[in-house]
Amino acid sequence: MTQSTKEKSQNGEVKPTSPNSDLKLDFNSFWSYSDAPESSGHIKLKEKYDLFINGEFVAGKKGRMMNTINPSTEKPLAEFTEATSEDVDAAVKSARKAYEKTWSKLSGKERGKYIYRLARMIQEHAKDLAIIESMDGGKPIRESRDVDVPLAAAYFFYYAGWADKLDYAFPGRKADPVGVCGQIIPWNFPLLMLSWKIAPALAAGNTVVLKPAETTPLTALKFAEICQDAGLPDGVVNIVTGAGPTGAAIVDHPDVDKIAFTGSTEVGKIIQKSLAGTEKKFTLELGGKGPNIVFEDAPIDQAVEGIINSIFFNQGHVCCAGSRLLVQEGISDKLLKKLKERMETLIVGDPLDKNTDIGAINSKMQYDKINEYLEIGVNEGATIHQSSVDIPENGYFCKPTLFTDVGQSNRIVQEEIFGPVLTIQTFRTPEEAIDKANNTPFGLAGGIWTDKGSKIFKVSQKIRSGVVWANTFNKFDPTSPFGGYKESGMGREGGLHGLYPYVNLK
Amino acid sequence: MNTEQQPNFNSTVSIDKVGVEERVSRLNKRSIKNESKMQALKLALSMIDLTTLEGKDSEGKVIQLCSKARTPYAPMPDLPSVAAVCVYPSMVKTAKNALKGTSINVASVATAFPSGMASHQVKLEDTKFAVDAGADEIDMVISRGEFLKGNYNFVYDEIASIKEACGDAHLKVILETGELETYENVRKASDIAMYAGADFIKTSTGKISPAATQPVTLVMLEAIRDYYQATGKMIGMKPAGGIRKAKQALQYLVLVKETLGASWLSPEWFRFGASSLTNDLLMQIVKQETGVYQSSNYFSND
Repeated sequence: MTQSTKEKSQNGEVKPTSPNSDLKLDFNSFWSYSDAPESSGHIKLKEKYDLFINGEFVAGKKGRMMNTINPSTEKPLAEFTEATSEDVDAAVKSARKAYEKTWSKLSGKERGKYIYRLARMIQEHAKDLAIIESMDGGKPIRESRDVDVPLAAAYFFYYAGWADKLDYAFPGRKADPVGVCGQIIPWNFPLLMLSWKIAPALAAGNTVVLKPAETTPLTALKFAEICQDAGLPDGVVNIVTGAGPTGAAIVDHPDVDKIAFTGSTEVGKIIQKSLAGTEKKFTLELGGKGPNIVFEDAPIDQAVEGIINSIFFNQGHVCCAGSRLLVQEGISDKLLKKLKERMETLIVGDPLDKNTDIGAINSKMQYDKINEYLEIGVNEGATIHQSSVDIPENGYFCKPTLFTDVGQSNRIVQEEIFGPVLTIQTFRTPEEAIDKANNTPFGLAGGIWTDKGSKIFKVSQKIRSGVVWANTFNKFDPTSPFGGYKESGMGREGGLHGLYPYVNLK
Repeated sequence: MNTEQQPNFNSTVSIDKVGVEERVSRLNKRSIKNESKMQALKLALSMIDLTTLEGKDSEGKVIQLCSKARTPYAPMPDLPSVAAVCVYPSMVKTAKNALKGTSINVASVATAFPSGMASHQVKLEDTKFAVDAGADEIDMVISRGEFLKGNYNFVYDEIASIKEACGDAHLKVILETGELETYENVRKASDIAMYAGADFIKTSTGKISPAATQPVTLVMLEAIRDYYQATGKMIGMKPAGGIRKAKQALQYLVLVKETLGASWLSPEWFRFGASSLTNDLLMQIVKQETGVYQSSNYFSND
């Protein structure tokens, strides 16, 4: 840190100087935190990862390999196999065999035991999984340690509990498993999304073929090792790595009974098209452009904190992010000032440092996309504000960003940016807020900030989105369903609702 | 008393309890290591109001406490001394004498501490007695009964008149947050105290449980920030009671740093009302310097 604003007192201790005249708070001079990196020296990654099919790691038929890099250093971490349609076919066959011979024959109680074991083993490996997640995906260790991994374990625990209670889940109906489930997950919460997919599927008696995203395959491959160590019957969980074509091979495979996809609306539409006319069940968890509505009676300092959590959590790579802030006119100046001030204390940098608030953008592709949107926003006439934080020279980093002077018709208001970029609009009446909130193609999540309980119910009922948080944001729990309206997808994951897509009711 | 426009104390600044506590728990995740830890430990030491407030306090005990304040740990003479020694009015003279020639202040509680259940005249006399005996700082208590009744003008006027009685002495206003119960009350009492002329706002007497907590401190720091930005005046903050460990002290400093910024990170603007905290800070400092923990027998209990 610079020494210029400090002076030495008699005993040689550094002391801050008196405050500056423009009443700005000084968050940088004087006491700054020393580096506090989580050690990663003990993490053992293979140089090359094979596909996990039928309980063992096998090389891909064509031997094509891809690289996964650490987005904070741009250095490669490991090679992994690109699964071809032949490999996917082998995985589906193994899943089919496991479904028919073992998994669907087991009692719910026995299946539950395995799933509980997976949950416990995720907890046992929590530290390493968190470190790998941060290395591979760029998210701060504070989040992978405190959110991703504990929640992933929680979803396994929760659905393990359903395994022997399926007879009571849908009163009067018998819940049969669907069969082989093809699951495709995104790069923003790799292990957590894996748990949302695999845990309910296994609990209901299905077997799975899962494809992690091509930029973040490592925790899924580590999970494959956990499945081996847990003694999970061969073929119940198959992990095939690769990019879009591998995903397409899963979706198009004739022997897959259900598709679960989480990712972009663009790819979701392609998947829905190719599923049209087939008998496959499917759930799609797609994009969002969540409205976060702050009324003038809101607890303002806590609302500011909520806005920070809603858009800067996981670098803004969150489908349910509150990326559109709607503020009631009377408090907008005050709120904006406080928000800018709070942004100054956000630390952007090494994902493995325990003090990092915002880590690295997940990939070069996403980094370029965010920068493109920053340009679009400026060209649309919006006013851009970024925090004054220093960002590392190497790696894909983006400063936390606000756009004011934006209109509902602007692309930065309508389209999902999937980065630490917030647009800010004002409103006068609750009606106007509701209109603006609903006026995008998406409907995944939103937030309301007010001190008045009745307003929470009145407004949230009129917002067409799967989740509405009140006086908080980005809170997840295995018992709570999650999913979208409109172009944000169909079907629900989590809770009892999340079991429904994985069963056939009789 | 100040003349700028005052907020309406009958209106309430809304505060969400869950949100405040979540913010604190996030700040508690800051990891303070190496040089930043050493710097913070020494800073915390220099911010202590070394306190003894017991009916059985003797002159001997106060003198002993003053010598600890001067030189907290003799084997390391370069360590900073504490900010002040905090005593009852009847001990001010003793403390003042014992601290002659140092820059350590003498703080005295006053206004019928800790309950504040006395007549206005008695409170004024109490304050003047302490100031006349040489107190540099006065720690007064507010009338919680009147506050909870909604009699905010009474509380305001009382603080203003005590401030006047203080003369040149700095006034710290103890809100006794453990009796105010809600964060919104804490915020309101903070605002009243600052607008009425407090130089410092302080959480607790240490005689009521709960004493200082981090969420209460955060609410008060945010009140100080908003007051600063409305008036341009810096107000100091003193959490008191229940802060015993160095780790807690570092967490408080993180709260200050990320709410008010670097300007408040000095004994002039932030104090810890504590006594046993001193030895834990010393223990950690010695551990940082030498790499090993010393037995508690090596640190004096005063």
